[in-house]
Parts: sequence; C-alpha cells; structure tokens
Amino acid sequence: MRDLIVIGGGPAGLSAAISAYEAGIKDILIIERGESLGGILQQCIHNGFGLHKMGEELTGPEYAERYIDKVNELNIEYKLNTMVLSVSNDKQVVMTNEDEGIIVERAKAVVLAMGCRERSRGALNIAGTRPAGIFSAGTAQKLVNIEGYMPGKEVVILGSGDIGLIMARRMTLEGALVKAVCELMPYSGGLARNIEQCLNDFDIPLKLSHTVVKIHGQERLTGVTIAKVDENRRPIPNTEEFIACDTLLLSVGLIPENELSKTAGVELSPVTNGAIVDQDRQTSIDGIFACGNVLHVHDLVDFVSDEGEIAGKSVAEYIKNGLNRALDISVKTDGKVRYTVPQKITDRKDVSLYFRVGDVYKNTCVKVYDGDKLLYKKKKIKFAPGEMETVTIKKELLDGVKELTLKIEE
Amino acid sequence: MFDVAIIGAGVIGGAVARELSKYNLKTCILEKENDVAMGTSKANSAIIHAGFDAVEGSLKAELNVKGSQMMEELTAELGVKYRNNGSLVIGFDDNDMNHIRELYARGVKNGVKDLEVIGKEKLKELEPNVSNDAVGALYAPTGAIVCPYDLTVALIGNAMDNGVQLFCDFKVENIQNVDGKYVIQSENRKVVKAEYVINCAGLFADKIANMVGDNSFTITPRRGEYVLLDKECGQVVSHTIFRTPTKMGKGILVTPTVDGNTLLGPTSENIDDKCDCSTTQGGLSAAITGAKDSVNNLQLNKCITSFCGLRAVGSTGDFIINSPCQNFINVAGIESPGLSSAPAIAIKVMYMLLEQGLVLEPNLEFNGVRPAMHEFREMSIEKKNEIIKKDKSYGKIICRCEGVSEGEILNAIRTNPKPVDLDGVKRRTRAQMGRCQGGFCTPYIMKLLAKEQGVPLTKITKKGGSSQIVYYELKNGEEQ
Repeated sequence: MRDLIVIGGGPAGLSAAISAYEAGIKDILIIERGESLGGILQQCIHNGFGLHKMGEELTGPEYAERYIDKVNELNIEYKLNTMVLSVSNDKQVVMTNEDEGIIVERAKAVVLAMGCRERSRGALNIAGTRPAGIFSAGTAQKLVNIEGYMPGKEVVILGSGDIGLIMARRMTLEGALVKAVCELMPYSGGLARNIEQCLNDFDIPLKLSHTVVKIHGQERLTGVTIAKVDENRRPIPNTEEFIACDTLLLSVGLIPENELSKTAGVELSPVTNGAIVDQDRQTSIDGIFACGNVLHVHDLVDFVSDEGEIAGKSVAEYIKNGLNRALDISVKTDGKVRYTVPQKITDRKDVSLYFRVGDVYKNTCVKVYDGDKLLYKKKKIKFAPGEMETVTIKKELLDGVKELTLKIEE
Repeated sequence: MFDVAIIGAGVIGGAVARELSKYNLKTCILEKENDVAMGTSKANSAIIHAGFDAVEGSLKAELNVKGSQMMEELTAELGVKYRNNGSLVIGFDDNDMNHIRELYARGVKNGVKDLEVIGKEKLKELEPNVSNDAVGALYAPTGAIVCPYDLTVALIGNAMDNGVQLFCDFKVENIQNVDGKYVIQSENRKVVKAEYVINCAGLFADKIANMVGDNSFTITPRRGEYVLLDKECGQVVSHTIFRTPTKMGKGILVTPTVDGNTLLGPTSENIDDKCDCSTTQGGLSAAITGAKDSVNNLQLNKCITSFCGLRAVGSTGDFIINSPCQNFINVAGIESPGLSSAPAIAIKVMYMLLEQGLVLEPNLEFNGVRPAMHEFREMSIEKKNEIIKKDKSYGKIICRCEGVSEGEILNAIRTNPKPVDLDGVKRRTRAQMGRCQGGFCTPYIMKLLAKEQGVPLTKITKKGGSSQIVYYELKNGEEQ
C-alpha cells in the first residue's frame, strides 16, 4: 500500500505532493489525466502568475515548470494520460490508461486536486438554435493555445470572469474581432487588472447587466441577441439587440469537479460545490484531503499553491502521526459572506480563513464573531465577489469557541 | 437498380429497412442529411407508449400496441438500451379522473395489458415525488423508455450489415415513373432507380408524396421543447409521469431516460418552418413549469441542456400508411406514438409490399444481432482489461463525464452507419452528452475524427455543412 496518492497534477496537486515529500513522505504517486503535468496552467500562456508567491510575473507554463522541475528533482512518481475512475472511502483508487489498462491502488491517504470545470450553455438554458461556434472560454483557450487553431473570427463573450477577459484579449491578439463582453451582473467578476489589460486596452466594450437571450444560426453561429437585465437578472423586454458573430465564448461559472469526491462519499458544501474541510484541508473522510479549485474556485494560483502546501504538510502529519483533533469549531457566514474555507476548525493553531462575498461591499469591515463577542476585525475599501479574501485567526482566540461567524459589517 | 428505395433514415425508415433486410432484396435508404436520425428520431420523448392514448380502431392504436410488444425483443437483439419502467397518467381533479377512466377503457379496447386506475395512496407509494395535489392515476406497467437515436442507428446499422445500402446527402428532388420503375433524382444530381418506393420522409413526407402526384395530405411541424437534467439528480421519478392529454398532445411529462438523466417536456405548438428546431425562452419555461406541477424535488438548477424536436403531424389525424399509386407506399404523419409503433409499422409495410407483388424470399444469411455500442462500459474490470490488452485505446478515457474510452469512439466511427461529424459521434457514444457538454472532450474527438477521415482539423464539423469548429491553423497564419 502506497503512502499517498495525489489525484491531479496541476498546481494544487504538485504543491501538495512536494510539501508532503519535504515533510517526510517519500512514497507518493501523482495521477494526471493530461499529456503533461501542470494542469490548466499549461494553456494559460498569459502572464500574471506568481506575483504574490514569487514576486515575479510568470506565464502559466512557467509557473507550472517551477513545480514540475521540483517534482522531477525529488523523483516523485507520477503517471500521465491516466484517468481516475473512482475513489473509495477507504482510499482505494481505480484508474485507467492505455499501457496498464485499469489498475487499482490503495493508499494511506489521498489528496483530491482535480480542479474545476466550466459551466456550459446547456446549464444556462439559453434559447435558440444549437449551431457550432459556441465554446466555453477554456475550451476555446485550449484550441488556440494548445492545438493552435482559430475557433472564431467575430466573437461575443458572455461572462466577464477572468477566463472571459483573458480570451477577449487572446482572440483579439490572434486577429479576431471581439465585439462585446456581456456580463449578467452590474459589476465584473474578474480581476481589476484584467478589465484594464484585456478590455480597456483593446477598446472592447463591456456591457454590464446584459445577457444573451437567443442564439442564431443553423450550422454555424450567425449571431446572438443580447438584452439588458433588471435587478433580478431577468431580461428587460424591448432592450434586445442583435450582434452578428460566428463565435460565442461562455465564461459563466466554474464548478469544482467533484465526481470522484462523490464516489468516495466525501461531504460537499452546496455553496462551494467542493468538499467541507478543516484547517488541514481534511475532508469528512479520514485521510482524504482536498486543495485547489476542486475545493473552491480560486482567483490566483499563488493561493492554490499555498493551499496545496497546507494539504501536503497536513497529509504528511496524518500519515506519520495522525492528526490532532482537539477542537470542533464550525465556521458560519452571515449571508453577505458567501462561504469560507475551511468550514471547520479542528486543531488549536493559527487559521487563515479564505472567503468570498456575494456582492460588492464598500468601505466596510469583515468581522469574526464568537457568538456576540467580536474576535477580529479588518477594514477594507472594497470587497467584491471576484476577489477571494482572507482573515487570519490566532490560536489563542479559539479557546472556548464553539462556533465562529464571519460577517460583513460597518 | 434497387428492389426497394426507402426515403428517410429515421426510426421508421430504419425499421422498414431492417425488416426488408430479412429478405433477398436489393434495398437502399436515401437520406437528405449527412447522417441517420437527423429529424424527429433524435429529438423526442423516447417513450414506448403502452397504447391507451390513441383512438380505438385507429392505425395509431393498432400499431402502438403491437409495436410496443415487439420492442423489448428488438432492442435486445440490436443492443439498444430499453427499460420497462411503466407509465403513470396523473390526475388532479374529478375532470382528470374521468378522463383517466376513459383512457383506461380505451386502453383495454386497444389491447393494452395490465392497465389499472389507482388512487392517491398507491400513486404516492409508486412515486413519492409526484405532486401532493395529484388525486390518482392511470397506471400502465407496459410503458417503457428507449434511446431513440441509438435505436435508429442500430436498426440501420444492422440493416446495412444485412445488405441494405445507405446513401446520405441524397435530398430527393423529383421522382418519375419510367416504364413502371421509379427514377429518383437528388438535388445534387444523383439518381437511384427502384421498383418500389417507401416514403418515410418524416416532416417532408407530403413533399415526397406530391412528387408522385399524391396531394391528399399535408404535414404540419409541431414543435416540442425539452429540458434535460443531470444524472446527479438521480431518480426523482422511476416511471414516466404524464398529465391527462389534450388536443395538442400528451402534454409535458417527466421521465427518466435509459441513461439515467431526467427529461422534462415537451411543449406543443404548431409552427410554419419545418427546419426550425430552435428553442424559445417561453417554451423552455413552460417545460419547466409543467414539470414542476407534476413532480416535486426536481433539481432545476442541474439542467445540462435543452433541445427541440418537431413532430410530423399528418392532416388526417392518424398515421398515413397507404399506397397512392402502384408500388409507392406512404408512411407519413408518424407523430406520437410513432417511435413505439416503428417495428409494427415495418411489418405492415412488408405485408403491403407482398400484396403489391414483391417477392419476399427469406435471406438465409440474415443476422439480426448487433453488438451493443455501450457494451464495454458495462463490463467488469477483468473483462475490460482483456480488451485493453488487445486494443489499448480502450484504456484511454476521452469523455470523462460519461466515461467513454477512445476505443469505443473509434469503434463507433468505424461501424455502420458511420458518423461523419461530432454530433454523429455524440449520438452513438454519449461522448459530449455529459454535464460539461463537450467542454473537455471536444478537441480530442475532433482529432480522432480528423485522423480517421484523413482530413485537417478545420474540416471537422459539428453537424455537417458549414458547422466547422475551427477556421484555420494559427501557425500558418492564413485561412485555409
């Protein structure tokens, strides 16, 4: 039986594997379904990765390379082109590849690092025809950056999250005409620097409070009808506008890919769609840990790597000595804070709580309460759904606490 | 020169072709699209109706009941998924219950077995998630579900294995009778000659009939919109849940599919354009609202796709199966319960041909068995590994949502009737039908198709014609 199996060779899995190794676990296997390690970073050829962690502006593949080189240096075993089919609650992993067929391996611990997938047109129920030319932004990115083909010439993008913004620039740089980026909400979900560098720099119009209501074209897309939406995100009649285009890119939400977590019976949060974890990133099943986008969708890969380090160190401790479960604190939210990771605190140590808000809040504070007692407060000019935040709670503040609540409050 | 030319490669054309392939005949199928099952056959409720709905004495009633009785054996032979899950027509008030009792009586007259009118308690026992406002139901244990495009592909594939020829991209433009034989011309100047012609042209059956001077009926397209929910939603209902039918059809139903999804719909409205398969905001909302009225606990935030199908509604109100002139048979107006009736329709057509003088000599080489395309997925790990040892492409998963291997995709690409585009691969393998709707696997499938066809990636389409996925290769910097 192996010590550790890491499912996913992207930034989260690589970071977790390296940290586990450096903490003394040598018998590790990373399982990666792609042709190389690096995960989604391999197709993110733009820079901006590693600003926080390395103080450099690396491209996705460059950032991944730092970790891949380390994995090779440490001689950590990995399998490529291998798809995990299931994980059981007693850490039995069934996987398949061309050379070995279907194999089963058992481990003392498993780290789930499968990342996330994109929401599709079908999930939004956009009416109209079903022609070619509709892509999720990530699939278009793969076609352009990895396969080297142009998926469209005249483009409309739905969703101003980072992937949509990055692809607006990418398609423009390859010669396409990006006619508009439509965003359902009255604010953009992406990083401020991406609005500047991907839209404003290229004069690509951003239409807030707009959505696509109809798709046209029998074989290939010929255009989309967009409309303005009201406060309830419902299309307003008589605001329809037709935009001729042959390509619609969808950047309408990332969903942690937890099919395997479900096969293991891991408890998932209905808010994050990822596992419910404690500060060590251990899930509801002993010995199964999660980190990265499979746990909650991150904005910055730097924090994904940090989270991988937490999971890696914790899983090493779990394998060597078991984990100390001294506390049982639930972390709740007030509704303005949409979720926190972790959702539980099980040990007396400093905890960084990562969270996202559900709306834009300006000139206010995030507060951490133990019942009515205020434990911590941080003031900020702006909280936005597109930017993940963190508060760090010192271990001394955890004594005697049963439940923590995060609130956005003046 | 063919003995029989079948116009239309839908489930009806397929069933007729497969039936005729049991005899020593030269038979061909002429299909205007680039693949089979491109019309109504791929966009319907996928129900094998028990047969209580159709008016007594109608062709619909007779052929529905007969066809549904044949379906289990047929699907087993062809390796097509089929599940006898039973149907429930639920009622909300006295009016509905009266209607349900009428359907019961009608069903009995039509020869439907095991029908039962049940009350609220039994209904809730059978289906705990049915609306609390339902007061009773018609229970039809013989109702079933099937995969309609899988069935069409399998019928035609098996027919081809037994000698039938398929000509796609053959849009019939005119039919002439020359010396007692039919000369059929396509829009792109191809010609096929046949002794007998079977008109299974679905939405365009009236147009085909017009070509031989039969103007006795018209086909009106009646749109039905559907919403499909994720398999994750599980089995919120196990039976197919109907409302009491109206003039416009069987109403919005909630049904499991043979693959484990939940299907909501269809709506029902006549439209003008026989080629308009677009969904509408109003239609999709109506499908959802209608479904919610019947069934609780539908996870409507787990929708993975929506689509639209057009029923070919005949102007006579019943199936139009007749012979307007010598050696020409119409099989038109095959709206619901068309799918259910398909095997029986094929037998009826066979007898009509016999009556018209066609000699039916049994084909001693006929093999009605076709291996299931999804066979690999259901095997044990040991059996799978035996296959992977011989063909390692079965060890590589391409569609992670539906768990489809490269081996299965290549097998589908190489098996009659061969798919030529992404949608064709999708219908045969389920790859791209999962919750990510092809987000992950599309580039891989494009490469497999391109390699098999020996064409560049730019030639790969979603559904033929101008539906290419990518325009040009970037490193060359020019449009191809």
